[in-house]
Amino acid sequence: MALKEERNIRAYTQNFGTMTPGAFQKKLRTCVIFQFIRFIVINIKMLIVVGKSH
Amino acid sequence: MAKLVILGGGVSGHTTATFAAKWLGSEHEVIVVTPNSQWNWIPSNIWVGVGQMKKEEVTFDLAPVYKKAGITFIQAKATEIHPEGSDTIEKAFVTVESTSSGSEGEVTTVEYDYLVNATGPKLNFGATEGLGKGSELGEHTVSVCTAGHAVHANDKLKEAIEKMKSGVRQKILVGTGHGLCTCQGAAFEYIFNVEHELNKAGVRDMADIKWISNESFLGDFGMGGLHMKSMGFAVSSKIFAESLFTERGIPWIVGAHVNKVEEGKVHYELLDGEMGEEEFDFAMLIPPFTGVDLKAIAKDGSDISDTMFAPNKFMKVDAKYGVTDYNQWKASDWPSTYQSSAYKNIFAPGIAFAPPHPISKPMKSPNGTVITPAPPRTGMPAGIIGKAVAHSVCDLITKGEDAELHKISMADMGAACVASTGKGIFDGTAAAMTVYPVIPDFDKYPGTGRDTNHTFGEIGLAGHWIKHILHHMFIYKAKLKPGWTLIPE
Ligand SMILES: Cc1cc2nc3c(=O)[nH]c(=O)nc-3n(C[C@H](O)[C@H](O)[C@H](O)COP(=O)(O)OP(=O)(O)OC[C@H]3O[C@@H](n4cnc5c(N)ncnc54)[C@H](O)[C@@H]3O)c2cc1C
Repeated sequence: MALKEERNIRAYTQNFGTMTPGAFQKKLRTCVIFQFIRFIVINIKMLIVVGKSH
Repeated sequence: MAKLVILGGGVSGHTTATFAAKWLGSEHEVIVVTPNSQWNWIPSNIWVGVGQMKKEEVTFDLAPVYKKAGITFIQAKATEIHPEGSDTIEKAFVTVESTSSGSEGEVTTVEYDYLVNATGPKLNFGATEGLGKGSELGEHTVSVCTAGHAVHANDKLKEAIEKMKSGVRQKILVGTGHGLCTCQGAAFEYIFNVEHELNKAGVRDMADIKWISNESFLGDFGMGGLHMKSMGFAVSSKIFAESLFTERGIPWIVGAHVNKVEEGKVHYELLDGEMGEEEFDFAMLIPPFTGVDLKAIAKDGSDISDTMFAPNKFMKVDAKYGVTDYNQWKASDWPSTYQSSAYKNIFAPGIAFAPPHPISKPMKSPNGTVITPAPPRTGMPAGIIGKAVAHSVCDLITKGEDAELHKISMADMGAACVASTGKGIFDGTAAAMTVYPVIPDFDKYPGTGRDTNHTFGEIGLAGHWIKHILHHMFIYKAKLKPGWTLIPE
């Protein structure tokens, strides 16, 4: 049985060539502790880009 | 006392005006001519367009802010630039037409020593039959380009949601309304917000949502796509974008020039020459942009608009124009001072400057229809360029006409973009992206054209929180609250 996350993919249609996140990846996207760490990392990354641009 | 006149109180004009006023002090006069009485944080219009924010949360009155900053505020739209003066007026001046209630339509002149044209885009709905007339939105589709448009978009979306709730299936179409559009990012963010709202309302299964755009591939974004570091791979934005659409069950039409809109239906032509139609009950289509309707007039009264403006009505600056072959394009074609190529005391930051060429590879259908995204000039570059122009003009005023101009090219500049879905603190996610540089430099970064150490994309709550913070931070900065200069553009 197809996993819930993969149900939108159809063979040889336009979405057959991409990647789809699995349940774990999706959980990470809304996991507050993990996202808090990513928040700090993304902010640092963005600040570096902002710094390089001024 | 020098007079600096800034046309346009949007992202770049407001940045130029506020910094110039701070640096020049009361010795010189800074004047802003802009048609709206309110400033609008345009990126958050997306949330207004799905009812998650009110118009009042994304706008504020300019007059008190300019009063506090010592800036003269003229609520009007500029119609003509007279860079050499005229028979009767010695100095250079602009002709402006009042948009202030009580004096609408009154025409006056404003003299200047330095002029900054930060008039941004004209929303050229009229370029597509049925999409609108001139810069006026038509009756068949909605837009989120202004706060007012976004309020209207939300009303229409809510009507569609009510129909779904009563059991009527709805077709939703979001994307670009012409083959030469830019700003795909805004439509991209909007489609995911609409999808999120439908889920929240419990009617997602009653909607067929579709994307239509002029990008030759999903994730082009008018920047020729980008590669970002993810899980040790340099992943194309095509995969990134297709993944997001697939996950949400949204099919896409790309390489499309929408050539006609009628009630409930768009007609389009594809890059392979095929013609198609798509029906809709609710459609948000971004219009193509041109420069605003500004004329340039010489001292003798002759029209010199062609000298100052490119055919798309954006102002010609220090860019290398005329290189039409994609393979000959260089990062160095892009301007760095934004000084008018015709008059040294005129500058054009933000969307108002004429780009040398697109960033995406130009493409045509076999019928000869050009279907190529125009290059985006998003908020961060618009703000950074606005500040650099303020620096240059202030130096010219205080150090003399030979002062060195400040240089900042989009080929040396990055951009940070956050496309958020939903607005709740814990139930939204966002695609947070940075790209460096905005203009790919294939000499410096052979292969992807960008520095993949500084070009990344990530989906999650973290980006969503950043979007919230950016919303409040930029409005705080634009209101010139304490410490505003410390907040980067
Ligand atoms: C829906 C939407 C979402 C967006 N989201 C993002 C995002 O998330 N991140 C991002 O970085 N960018 C985003 N952008 C792009 C961003 O808004 C623009 O890059 C930015 O506003 C450009 O700044 P500007 O000053 O050049 O133009 P604008 O901000 O448009 O300002 C132009 C100003 O000139 C005024 N004007 C027009 N005609 C005249 C005239 N004749 N005389 C005097 N004044 C005139 C206008 O009223 C306006 O005040 C988005 C754009 C849209 C439409």
